[in-house]
Amino acid sequence: MAGIESSFFDLTRFDALSRLDTPIHRLEPRIKVLTTMVFIVAVVSFDKYRVSALLPFVLYPVVLITLGDLPLRYLAGKVFLALPFAFFIGVFNPFFDREVLVRFGPVGVSGGWISFASILIRFGLTVTTALALVATTGMYDLCRALDRLGVPRALTVQLLFLYRYLFVLVDEGSRMQRARSLRSFGNRGTGLRVYSHMIGQLLLRTLDRAQRIHAAMLCRGFDGELRLTRSSSIGKRDILFFCGWTAAFLLMRIYDLPAWAGKIATGMVR
Amino acid sequence: MHMADALISPAVGGTMWAVTAALAAYSGKKLRQVQDDRKVPLMGVLGAFIFAAQMINFTIPATGSSGHLGGGMILSILLGPHAAFLTMASILTVQALFFADGGLLALGCNIFNLGFFPCFVAYPFIYRKISGDNPTPGRILAGSMAASILALQMGAFGVVLETTFSGISELPFGTFVLLMQPIHLAIGIVEGLVTAAVVTFVWRARPEVLEAAATGKVRTPFPLKGVLAGLLVVTVVTGGALSWFASAHPDGLEWSMFRTSGKEELDAPEQGPHAWLGRFQEKTAILPDYGFPAGEETEEPTEAGGTPETAEAEPWPSISAGTTVSGLVGAFLTLALAGLIGLGLRRYHSKS
Repeated sequence: MAGIESSFFDLTRFDALSRLDTPIHRLEPRIKVLTTMVFIVAVVSFDKYRVSALLPFVLYPVVLITLGDLPLRYLAGKVFLALPFAFFIGVFNPFFDREVLVRFGPVGVSGGWISFASILIRFGLTVTTALALVATTGMYDLCRALDRLGVPRALTVQLLFLYRYLFVLVDEGSRMQRARSLRSFGNRGTGLRVYSHMIGQLLLRTLDRAQRIHAAMLCRGFDGELRLTRSSSIGKRDILFFCGWTAAFLLMRIYDLPAWAGKIATGMVR
Repeated sequence: MHMADALISPAVGGTMWAVTAALAAYSGKKLRQVQDDRKVPLMGVLGAFIFAAQMINFTIPATGSSGHLGGGMILSILLGPHAAFLTMASILTVQALFFADGGLLALGCNIFNLGFFPCFVAYPFIYRKISGDNPTPGRILAGSMAASILALQMGAFGVVLETTFSGISELPFGTFVLLMQPIHLAIGIVEGLVTAAVVTFVWRARPEVLEAAATGKVRTPFPLKGVLAGLLVVTVVTGGALSWFASAHPDGLEWSMFRTSGKEELDAPEQGPHAWLGRFQEKTAILPDYGFPAGEETEEPTEAGGTPETAEAEPWPSISAGTTVSGLVGAFLTLALAGLIGLGLRRYHSKS
């Protein structure tokens, strides 16, 4: 897990990005969620040796990022940070799958390397798109969209509460962490005993805070029923977005477009 | 580090999503029944607490490396299984959305591995059994260790199964198991120690917190929906993965017919109702003989004169040298086109 202060900065930056005003931000949240899910399922449904057929899918995150005014280097950094899991499992593929499938003259490329490349491309596509979805939608709209798509109300309300109090608790946690590091030398003071006291204190304060919040909710009329305000409606542009992109994903999934393009190009050269 | 979408197939991802969704719906319904509306802000704040706690490290004495809290067990102890499951689900969702820690399709798998096993299995059957209603520090430690170790072992095994069934990674099952289980044994021991340390602190400072949490009845939570979801999982697994191992040898009936008459199937008469029904069946069968129909044209023709390849005769994977060069050229063209579109959009967008 990232250090406590860098994660905090991340959350506020994402929050700020979600408040921009671009054509992508103006799309209805449910549409964005559904289109992204179709995208992910399409990318992930390729079999393990497909590499070139995956590439046209990069168009969707490219459009989201450029039309959504998202900072490319920042997103690329986050994708890179998330790489280890996929990388360290995929890197075993070349070891276990050595049958040569493709030759470039004297050099043979084994199936393992091809499937490893496929894993990395899938990873890049899915993670970038998920981050673009969150950066253009924002937590509140996203949770409302999930709620209207059928996610249990208890879970969406929980997500909203978690998000709201994340800032507060990460703030407290980072103050504790800084206090501890200012008072410890080398590894003294960073062991389990001090940690358990710190976290225990944080937990007790958290429980007290929960009681205060509950009292405040009761004062404002909370009766046990969870409610979310409904604000957005699906328009023609949203339906066009969803249908257009789904058709495009189907096209890219069924036909290997780069292979076609390459054949045409090499055919013309000859 | 949670599972990424890159290593999941839609079948596995979709199945685990269905299971997780059923569990979440069930947990939500159970919470509404209990009608303890103090739980609502408590879950939110405890979720944020676990999040913050996960970001603070402590050094592990013997190794010098650092560890951090997982959280499933502490949540279960403080909230009970259903609320804890929803809270873990929300934590994992935020991690997937904002920190790209775990894919969106794999979120169902991650919530199952890290939520179901600690909250619905390890907590009621291991921690509660060991620590009972009036825990002492010794029993808290024993319960936390046993529960955490087992929950993490089950979760790690879940990851292995889901990755292997997806078929994207080449890691053989045995090697993967030997990699994952020992690492998660160590992680489980650390998690058990941390959980025990924090719970013991709370027990010493404010024991009434633990008493209040412990009075919630914890019966074995096996809802009908969960059982149905489990059956669905088994069905997909059996139909999908295990069918690969379906024997190509004739089944009992065909074998005995072959022995007696020399043919595995009876010849249908050429005329009459049998023939009409037979032709009708041929037309409607979309998966004749449980496979894809022969003679269907797949994708585009190869360079060998444009002959269509059948789905069955096609060597798998169908990669040949001739298509490689054009494939590379095509890939380059695609990427260049995508980049040009991106640049063009950016210029158009910044002008307007």
